[in-house]
Amino acid sequence: MNKLFLIIRREYLAKVRNKSFVIMTFLSPILMVGMIVLIAYLTKINDSQKRIIAVFNESNYFSTDFNTTERTSYIFFKDISLQAAKDSTLSLGFSGLLHIPKRSDLEEVAQNSYFYSKDAPSNIVLDPLEDIFEERLRQRKLIDIGVSTEEFTTINDRFEINIATFTGEQNIKGINEMKAFIGGGFGYLIMMFIIIYGGFVMRSVIEEKTSRIIEVIISSVKPFQLMLGKIIGTSLAGITQFAIWIISASLLLFGVFLVFGIDLTGLSDPSAITTNPMSSMSPMPTTTNAMQLYALEFLQIPWFMLISLFLVYFILGYLIYSSIYAAIGAAVDNETDTQQFIFPIILPLMLAIYVGFFSVFSNPNGPIAVGFSLFPLTSPIVMLMRLPGGIGEGGVPLWQVILSIVFLIVTFIGIVWLAAKIYRVGILMYGKKPTYKELYKWLKY
Amino acid sequence: MNDILVANNVTKKFGNQIALNNVSLAIPKNSIYGLLGPNGAGKTTLIRIINQITFPDSGEVIFDGELLQPHHIASIGYLPEERGLYKSMKVGEQALYLAQLKGLSKSDAKQKLKYWFDKFEIGDWWNRKIQELSKGMAQKIQFIVTVLHEPKLLIFDEPFSGFDPINANIIKDEIIKLKEKGTSIIFSTHRMESVEELCEYIALLHNAEKILDGRLVDIKKQYKNNMFRVGLELENGENFLKLISDKFDISSSHYDVNSKQLDFTVQLPTDDTRSFLALLSSKSSINNFVETIPTANDIFIQTVQRKTDHE
Repeated sequence: MNKLFLIIRREYLAKVRNKSFVIMTFLSPILMVGMIVLIAYLTKINDSQKRIIAVFNESNYFSTDFNTTERTSYIFFKDISLQAAKDSTLSLGFSGLLHIPKRSDLEEVAQNSYFYSKDAPSNIVLDPLEDIFEERLRQRKLIDIGVSTEEFTTINDRFEINIATFTGEQNIKGINEMKAFIGGGFGYLIMMFIIIYGGFVMRSVIEEKTSRIIEVIISSVKPFQLMLGKIIGTSLAGITQFAIWIISASLLLFGVFLVFGIDLTGLSDPSAITTNPMSSMSPMPTTTNAMQLYALEFLQIPWFMLISLFLVYFILGYLIYSSIYAAIGAAVDNETDTQQFIFPIILPLMLAIYVGFFSVFSNPNGPIAVGFSLFPLTSPIVMLMRLPGGIGEGGVPLWQVILSIVFLIVTFIGIVWLAAKIYRVGILMYGKKPTYKELYKWLKY
Repeated sequence: MNDILVANNVTKKFGNQIALNNVSLAIPKNSIYGLLGPNGAGKTTLIRIINQITFPDSGEVIFDGELLQPHHIASIGYLPEERGLYKSMKVGEQALYLAQLKGLSKSDAKQKLKYWFDKFEIGDWWNRKIQELSKGMAQKIQFIVTVLHEPKLLIFDEPFSGFDPINANIIKDEIIKLKEKGTSIIFSTHRMESVEELCEYIALLHNAEKILDGRLVDIKKQYKNNMFRVGLELENGENFLKLISDKFDISSSHYDVNSKQLDFTVQLPTDDTRSFLALLSSKSSINNFVETIPTANDIFIQTVQRKTDHE
């Protein structure tokens, strides 16, 4: 036990003291934030170009409908021929020309209206124009069946349905997407961690082989102890890194809440606030209320459960994968030989992520989502994507969580046993790259 | 119990390949024991079994009177043939780590390391990384780490490979000193010539089998075949050579007319040299008469050949 501790400590320190580790810990969040800011900025630039649309309206309708908005301005042509309108639109470099012909009936006008442009226009350009036509046509039809214009504006209210769970908690729209993204984030984190830190374990094993220290070490400790110590030490280094990230992210989030004036005291009695958010608030603009709701809902996600289960899935999943990585490291002499063995490991991880993003997001309790969240090689990722919905009613049934953890533990024991056998033989083998057949033989040595 | 280590009928297979076939040997306490054989004979496998890195399929190993157990690791020091150190770790830290893995306490390890570092005058290497040291320097660290925990049994697999002659001598002297202090030493090599001056006992492994073992002087005695190298000074050497050639088995003879020097090798029928010497001294003056004792290498080649002839 004491030796295991020594090995863990060495592996941990070797990793943490490494310059690249320090740089990665502090630089990558900055890079990540920088990347998001950059993308947001670029998107904004991309969208900020203002469109000018020429309208050549010969009819008696739509005289007040084309109002210049933030993104689009309209320029009106009058008393010219269609050809002249087209020519000037082109020469002035406008986005397009909307021609509304003179007809007696609105429907006929609409049928014969054309939008001319240089290239096929995008939906962003067409949607507002179509909306205007639809609106007018609907109004017209309603007038035909006896609804007045005033009545029309009153019935045209937008409506969003109120949603709640069976337990009576009020929900807000979009929260499920948010939860899925949080779960997806955790799943993605696990995948990245496995790939990065599994790779570290593998390289560390290869390093011991190439530096030829391995035989010196295993004349003092059991190969299994060394493998376990290496995996644990490396993952502790990874957890240190994540702890630094999580703590700094929480501080940042707290800072954001503070800056935006979101009342964190509401946390102490969240149900009171979510059922009737207006009562406890001083009058605030509705946008802040929505934001506040999101923030509270965000804080209402069962973080404790989520983070504890994240740790369980993370530790088990990581141990399974990293012992495979350790076995691969032991089987080969250098990193270039690892490719053919690594691919089969990455495969279930990628599958988990894609299945997660496509099936779990659309239906967290569908058969595919359930299946992949029970299968031990994908469950750490897929289950975590399902978990932000909670356990029990409305979320993941408890038995599925327990079953997937049991599967994981059984798989963990089996894989570690196999990996340790390959590891034990592999670390003392130099020379050619083994085939799968030879790996199978090693199991029997 | 005068043996530090006894192996009884140890067999080890890797798949279909036999690495050790029913090998038994006994390593006496406080001796240097040469484990000899060509590459692939099974030396390393046997050593790994002693170090409990691999385990025999059948047979047993007894260490200091007890069946070999995990706790014996602390009483064994092993310098493998394939050896190295963590390149990016500092010398002192690394030596401490390896010593602690062998079961030394940190303070003990520090104290002992200081002794050895002072002895080799390398105290200022403590905070340097292995990758900054030359290969020979790293080998010294490796040697220190191997012997630091004062094991009862030391196993050196090709200890001199990688050392320049000066450092090889320093290490050789240290090995002899360790033996004088009471340590038993297994010395594994395929270079037979390095064995003669160090080893008291040897075992020869060939194709996974032990083909010979025992005290080196006894083995040599057993293998000597009454061959003598003779140098005489006399006139008419050729005639004399003809005369004795009829009676004795003479080979590689040479007569230098100018210096009147006759050299030849003779195979006597018994180890009684008196009558032959009487014959020689009656005809000439003898300037040398030496028994040619076979080298370990000769013994090895002979034994292997005899073995293959049998099969």
